[in-house]
Amino acid sequence: MTLLELEGVTASYGPVQVLDGVSLTVPEQGAVGILGANGAGKTTTLRAISGTVRAGGRITFDGKDIRGLRPDQVAALGIAHVPEGRGTLGDLTVRDNLRVGAYLRKDRKGVEEDIDYCLDLFPNLKERITSNASALSGGEQQMLAVGRAIMSKPRLMLLDEASLGLAPSTAKNVYDAIRRLRVESGIAMVVVEQNANLAFTLVDSATVLETGRNALTGTSAELKGMDEIRRAYLGG
Amino acid sequence: MGKFVQLVVDGLSTGSVYGALALAIVLVHQATGLINFAQGGMAVLSAYVVWVLTNQGLPLIVAILIAIVFSVVFGALVERWLMRRFERGDPDTAVVVTIGLLTLITGVAGWLWTYNNQQFPSLFSLDTVSFLGVSVSVRSLGTTAVIVVAMLLLQGLFVGTKLGLALRAVAINPQSAAFSGLNVGRLLMVGWGLAAALGAVAAVLVAPQLTLTPGMLDNALVYALAAVILGGLTSPIGVVVAAWIIGILENLAAVYVPFIGFDLKVAVPFILIFVVLLVRPQGLFGRKNVVRV
Repeated sequence: MTLLELEGVTASYGPVQVLDGVSLTVPEQGAVGILGANGAGKTTTLRAISGTVRAGGRITFDGKDIRGLRPDQVAALGIAHVPEGRGTLGDLTVRDNLRVGAYLRKDRKGVEEDIDYCLDLFPNLKERITSNASALSGGEQQMLAVGRAIMSKPRLMLLDEASLGLAPSTAKNVYDAIRRLRVESGIAMVVVEQNANLAFTLVDSATVLETGRNALTGTSAELKGMDEIRRAYLGG
Repeated sequence: MGKFVQLVVDGLSTGSVYGALALAIVLVHQATGLINFAQGGMAVLSAYVVWVLTNQGLPLIVAILIAIVFSVVFGALVERWLMRRFERGDPDTAVVVTIGLLTLITGVAGWLWTYNNQQFPSLFSLDTVSFLGVSVSVRSLGTTAVIVVAMLLLQGLFVGTKLGLALRAVAINPQSAAFSGLNVGRLLMVGWGLAAALGAVAAVLVAPQLTLTPGMLDNALVYALAAVILGGLTSPIGVVVAAWIIGILENLAAVYVPFIGFDLKVAVPFILIFVVLLVRPQGLFGRKNVVRV
């Protein structure tokens, strides 16, 4: 059963066309990677889904056309965007950041349980629960950004460069936790990642974007076996 | 001694008016990250609404309630139709727009109702009550009490409610807030509307004393900004306490420090700010911003 489907999606910033017909299919509980060089349109694809950039083409979520909705409306449907650069709320404490993530929920008890779940998933955050987000390390901020997305109880999570600027071991920790989250929650994921090795630890399939178009699409195993992918994205 | 206490109580009362305006400024800042220089001008407009309605024969309290509703709507509309265009750009531009708005509102109010001083009915009686040998006006007590309630409500809003948390989230990072499902536009309108209502309360409290003119709150705005800086931009209780300190010091200095007198008393809060900011750049009650890079 398909959860998210993009067909011929286009987008431009002013006169510069960034997406030129991107397609993507994410099954229920599936995880799909978007790979590609800088400027290929990976981030813009996520922004088109979450409504932060105006897009053409067709974007359907759970059978509903969501193109043209505002970001908060998209979020309300169950799509949580973890943006590049993390987007944590610096002047709020870790706990308040998580509570903002649960803004649309009414089940107070469930929210408390999910805060506990986030702290269990990311034990680093537990000690920092009353710190302001701006005082966290880069890795902790990334964990908080994912935690904030978890709090909205999404059906689909959009992860943008979760490893960016992190030490390799920290990046691995973050991805380990996200993999555990995927198994335990069944949240579907679209994963944008420069580090293809890291991405393949999480996703079942992936598409490679080149100048705003799908250049290649396949399962993780297929793509990992291709020489050109190895050369371009896997370092050897 | 009696004179001293009298000066303190009067200072508390004028300080409360600065405090109310300062609270409105803090509210907008918490909700949008901006300092609204037009806060005083918008408040004066609300006071004129009360004045027009009472002249039509409406009871004062009804007129005030209508003016508060008017203020909420006006504040929300200013956000929606004016500030929205500038909020995504350079914050400096948006601040200059609020200064322009202040000039515009003052001009329109002067054009509609002239620049003459208008008598304004008082919410509290002008009687005095004697307390430990000091006579205090009911108006001073009432003004202070209203501000204390407003301050506590606001503190409760920011610290204890989901709406307060949402307003702060939107101010810090509107895009992230939207990703969590917050309707950013609506929350900004709510913030501006609530702030305008607070401003209206301040204007109604002070208008009987100052008499109503388009520029009635210009001085108070300067003091309110001083209180905001002194108290710390993030703390409703802090700014009200700072406003009280300013009101009291100003009164005491005018009487007890010979070379200051009534002409120079406007300088007192600024000397105070200067000293405080040297020691505590985040203000007396503000939280220090720690940013890790």
